[in-house]
Amino acid sequence: MIILWTDTLIYLLVIAISLAIFFIGKQPQMRRPIKKIGASKTGMISLVVLIFFVIIGLLDSVHFKSTESRTHEIISLLDYWAKPLREQGEKTYSAPFSTQLYSKETMTADDGTTQWGYPRLKFGGAHLQNPEAEWKMDVFTKALIGFGKGAGLFALLFIFFWITLHKNHEHFFANPTSKAVWFVLFTLISKTYMLIDLSMYYHVFGTDKVGEDVFYQAIKSIRTGLVIGSLTTMIMLPLAIVFGIMAGFFRGWVDDVIQYIYTTLNSIPSVLLIAASILMVQVYMSNHAEDFNSLIVRSDMRLLFLCLILGVTSWTGLCRMLRAETLKLREMEYVQAAQALGVRRGAILIRHILPNVMHIVLISVVLDFSGLVLAEAVLSYINIGVDPTTYSWGNMINGARLEMARDPVVWWSLLASFIFMFSLVLAANLFADTVRNAFDPRRAD
Amino acid sequence: MHLTLDEQIRENNVDNKLLEVKGLTVAFKKDKVVDDISFDIFAGETFALVGESGSGKSITALSVLRLLPNNAKVSANQILLNNESLLSIPEYDFCKIRGKRIGLIFQDPMSSLNPVMTIGEQIAEVMKIHFDYSKEELTPAVHKLLEQVEIPEPQRRINEFPHQLSGGQRQRIMIAIALAGKPELLIADEPTTALDVTIQAQILELLKTIQKKTGMSLWLISHDLALVSTMADRIAVMQKGKVVEIGSTNHFFKQAKHPYSLKLLAALPSMDSCTNKELKKIDNNETPLLKVESFKVYYPIRKGFFKRIVDHVRAVDDVSFELKQGSTLALVGESGCGKTTLGKGLVNLIPTTAGRVLLNGIELNQLNGDELRQKRSVIQIVFQDPFASMNPRMLVGDIIAEGIKALHSDINLVDRQQRVANLLKQVELPESSALRYPHEFSGGQRQRICIARALAVEPKLIVCDEPTSALDVSVQAQIIELLQKLQKEQGVSYLFITHNLAVVAEIADEVAVMHKGKIVEHGHVEQVLTQPQHPYTQSLLDAVPVLAD
Amino acid sequence: MIKYILRRILYALPLLMGVNILSFILFFVVNSPDDMARMQLGQKHVTEQAVQNWKHQHGYDLPLLWNDRASSNKKMTETIFYQKSIGLFLLDFGVSDSGRNISEDIKQRMWPSLSIALPSLIVGLLVNISVALMMVLFRNSYLEFSSIVLCVILMSISSLFYIIGGQFFIGKLLKLVPISGYDTGFSAIKFLILPIVISVISGIGSGARWYRTLFLEEVEKDYVRTARAKGLTETQVLFKHVLKNAMIPILTGVVVVLPLLFMGSLIMESFFSIPGLGSYTIDAINSQDFAIVRAMVFLGSVLYIFGLILTDISYTIVDPRVRLS
Repeated sequence: MIILWTDTLIYLLVIAISLAIFFIGKQPQMRRPIKKIGASKTGMISLVVLIFFVIIGLLDSVHFKSTESRTHEIISLLDYWAKPLREQGEKTYSAPFSTQLYSKETMTADDGTTQWGYPRLKFGGAHLQNPEAEWKMDVFTKALIGFGKGAGLFALLFIFFWITLHKNHEHFFANPTSKAVWFVLFTLISKTYMLIDLSMYYHVFGTDKVGEDVFYQAIKSIRTGLVIGSLTTMIMLPLAIVFGIMAGFFRGWVDDVIQYIYTTLNSIPSVLLIAASILMVQVYMSNHAEDFNSLIVRSDMRLLFLCLILGVTSWTGLCRMLRAETLKLREMEYVQAAQALGVRRGAILIRHILPNVMHIVLISVVLDFSGLVLAEAVLSYINIGVDPTTYSWGNMINGARLEMARDPVVWWSLLASFIFMFSLVLAANLFADTVRNAFDPRRAD
Repeated sequence: MHLTLDEQIRENNVDNKLLEVKGLTVAFKKDKVVDDISFDIFAGETFALVGESGSGKSITALSVLRLLPNNAKVSANQILLNNESLLSIPEYDFCKIRGKRIGLIFQDPMSSLNPVMTIGEQIAEVMKIHFDYSKEELTPAVHKLLEQVEIPEPQRRINEFPHQLSGGQRQRIMIAIALAGKPELLIADEPTTALDVTIQAQILELLKTIQKKTGMSLWLISHDLALVSTMADRIAVMQKGKVVEIGSTNHFFKQAKHPYSLKLLAALPSMDSCTNKELKKIDNNETPLLKVESFKVYYPIRKGFFKRIVDHVRAVDDVSFELKQGSTLALVGESGCGKTTLGKGLVNLIPTTAGRVLLNGIELNQLNGDELRQKRSVIQIVFQDPFASMNPRMLVGDIIAEGIKALHSDINLVDRQQRVANLLKQVELPESSALRYPHEFSGGQRQRICIARALAVEPKLIVCDEPTSALDVSVQAQIIELLQKLQKEQGVSYLFITHNLAVVAEIADEVAVMHKGKIVEHGHVEQVLTQPQHPYTQSLLDAVPVLAD
Repeated sequence: MIKYILRRILYALPLLMGVNILSFILFFVVNSPDDMARMQLGQKHVTEQAVQNWKHQHGYDLPLLWNDRASSNKKMTETIFYQKSIGLFLLDFGVSDSGRNISEDIKQRMWPSLSIALPSLIVGLLVNISVALMMVLFRNSYLEFSSIVLCVILMSISSLFYIIGGQFFIGKLLKLVPISGYDTGFSAIKFLILPIVISVISGIGSGARWYRTLFLEEVEKDYVRTARAKGLTETQVLFKHVLKNAMIPILTGVVVVLPLLFMGSLIMESFFSIPGLGSYTIDAINSQDFAIVRAMVFLGSVLYIFGLILTDISYTIVDPRVRLS
């Protein structure tokens, strides 16, 4: 097993989040907002979708050296399972579910005659004898079979949970929210299975310029999106919390210095700061090529660095909010009472200030997530995002954009990245709304 | 036949019912906050709806005007304004009732006025909606109204913004806005609660004069029985959404029947309570617990290019006094007089500018850092707002134990818990409270927890900063009783900061009156309250609403 | 007032100094001028002489921070840091690494940027406010609910898709306007319509939602209840009272970005091939022209700080409660 830098951080993040959930769950005053989230239909549905994405992302974060290929390239668990998708490429563009290439070329038949036309794909629909006649029926039956398998899997799962959770029937099965959650789970599982089944025989989202399966690209991009959304937050949180609270609590010169730092950082247009830093990293890496021998290590470093830069440019907003809130809190009577009781300043910070700003932190974390996923696409577009060899929706869009001028249009890369990115961002946005409604004290009932 | 006043009024005004409410119910979700109440308001009378906070009195008024948020469910059998049913008026026509036939004044004039519109615009707006004034007539009309509510220099004020006025003047503007539609009924929802005592008296006087002049009815909503007694013709008492007693003012104060009304009357702090107070045995030769000499807290005013200090705001200006062991000194004054600043300065919560504070032989404000922290147990503070003075994320037990932990780290967990349990017992709360969170307690209970927290470090002196003014009258009395009991048991001294003279009469041994950062009068409570020397003290005393006999 | 502005400008100097130092560290400490020269001249076949020539030409042949060889009072000044910083503070951006005059370029490219950014901002503001007002007016109805859902959906779509979709449907399929390009004078309008429409649409989701929360916050305030008690209809309340108060945060939020409009929009300009400062910056990033990127960083900070000062001033104009001190 090989652990990349981002993998380490992802594992750390998973541990941190589990601990956070554990501790938050233990605190009674947190129960009301958590219950509120649990009761919200959109909140729970979006959470299920998010978790689905996270699972894929986590599968893609377990890396090891492939023993099969000669090159010993580094692959992930997801790559391992998606082997057909990864390896069975075509020559160039092909449309979704197509059995032929997208462009005409000279074909040499068995008898030696040449012909100008659309050649059959090496992989997509190769099992069909007569594509024109069988194609429709075959896609339909394959889809149905996949759907059936997925539904069967879901049924097994459902029965398992039905038996284990039966005591809390009302809680897990009977109310409208849980019904909706089960329904979403059903669609997710069966549709995924359907896609997996179909992708064994076809390129469900077509292939790109070099013949790589677009469905595979889109799935691989999930990890990139999640990493950017979550690692950036992890980098920016400590900065924002420490600086924000210190500035608000100690005021005076501490406040002046911190304000100076964040105004300075804020005043630099963030795109330019990112661009400058990425340029520097690029030059650094090309000058120290020996440290970054493997392509995947190289692109991983760049991804990590992008998160770092994004984190550095995005902590100022939360910092300002926390500073303002701390300024308010330090004048609260309970803080003054603690002061009068002779409680040390450090203890006041940790016991009285920090727990009372955590809801702001939580809300801003979930709100920032979707923005960062969207930002990745834009940054990749201007070549200051992730490495061009990294799978990301931004790179997919960037590659496909140039083909918009073609006639007929090559649209499937765009469609695939749109569907995946949109569903992740929408789920994140909806979940963020639920969290904000639940934790914002002004919206409490 | 001899009729009571109430019956006389009823006799004379049978056809003169201005507002008739029958079976009014307001519910939020499933909670009925107003439960099937009925009452009438007669033409030209002052009708008072009295009750403690949360009794539903404001909601009643707002529901009649359909000003409640959408999630409120309002139902009523009948609401008649001058025999015209308000219930049958569709929403788009209801604008002709609001502001035109029924005017409304709110409690907080600052937040109730639009901050970015001039006063003139806000008053003229009402006239523009309800009457056909031409542009030329509008300004003189506003002008006249400002004169009517006795705003000085109306021609200048007309173009000013709400924040440029004082609290009392803002309330006068609110009244002017309410009067601009020439309403038949004026609803005043706690019109003076946010104001100082002296201003309060002026506003009430103004309302009386205007009512006399225009002959409109006044519907007064208040928690203050004493105030109501000076204003109202009839009183209705509300408790938990129900009207429990209704009758003429005289009748009510003499022969109230409902137990809740009796409880309210009994809880009224009386100014007379200072006269027959037993003198505490205090050894005059003993050195005082607290000795304050020329204490000053100044805030710099910075101006100019380099932000040089050009002057100071003298929040506390050269104050000296003494406080004896086991006694209570009340610090009285209106908002902004510097009494809270003085209290916080003594507890060393804000930096002081100058002066000597000798507390139990230590000069606290000369200490710094850890030394100061260690000595802090001598003086503690109890704040006004019981909702803001406890960390919502901590258990009550931990809140009380916090000071013990910080100052006596040698005490182990078991002893600490024992002490917390004892403290809870002392403030008359169940021991199980230690494992609950502040939001599970009512305002009065929270104030008890705050007192327990202060007592935990065994202070000699507790600064009580308006500890009762956020509480209902009946709860107020209980807290004061508790404070007195604790003083008797433990010999702790109080510096009691308040604006409420009736509470002073109840609890204080000595009184110091503060005005603009200085102590203008200082003496024994009976002497100050019955024979005030300083004109400011006199004006304070004059403004206190006294139960009309 | 003038005193206040002067003081704010004085405060801005240390900020700009910080920006300058930061960008200096980013550009010169990580990479030596030699690296940059090689990159500009191409990696292969570069003689040492050529590198030295390039460095001399662009003023990079001095020590970074401290010149030991210079005479005493020039130890500080005869350095790359000093030379390059002085130019920035005088807003003289010098020559780009590829040999163009940056200040001239900026002056020329500012206007196309502005001609997209300003109309987009104004139209966007009007559209967002109207949508938000409509949502608040019909609050607690299905109309509001569906608008909120629509807003969330709109803001979940990457701006790249708006551009690509807009170019494809409006430009390519319907052929209403040219897909991309730019012209001088009034003939530029036909090129500007599409980018402006797209940037307005892509901003509706988040913008309208944000303004809605601002409006709702105001609606719950006490003075709104007073306005209703006066007998105003719901529409009057909204337009006369709520809008007036909510415009304060909205306007001041707009003022802070006003100066930055000169910088243009990076993606819009590059997608629509508009010769503005945004595409200028992108080109510089792609060709790794450090002099231009550094100049743009500095210009951006100057404009941002200018925006902050403008915000404070605009507060005193729109909000009677705020006085400068």
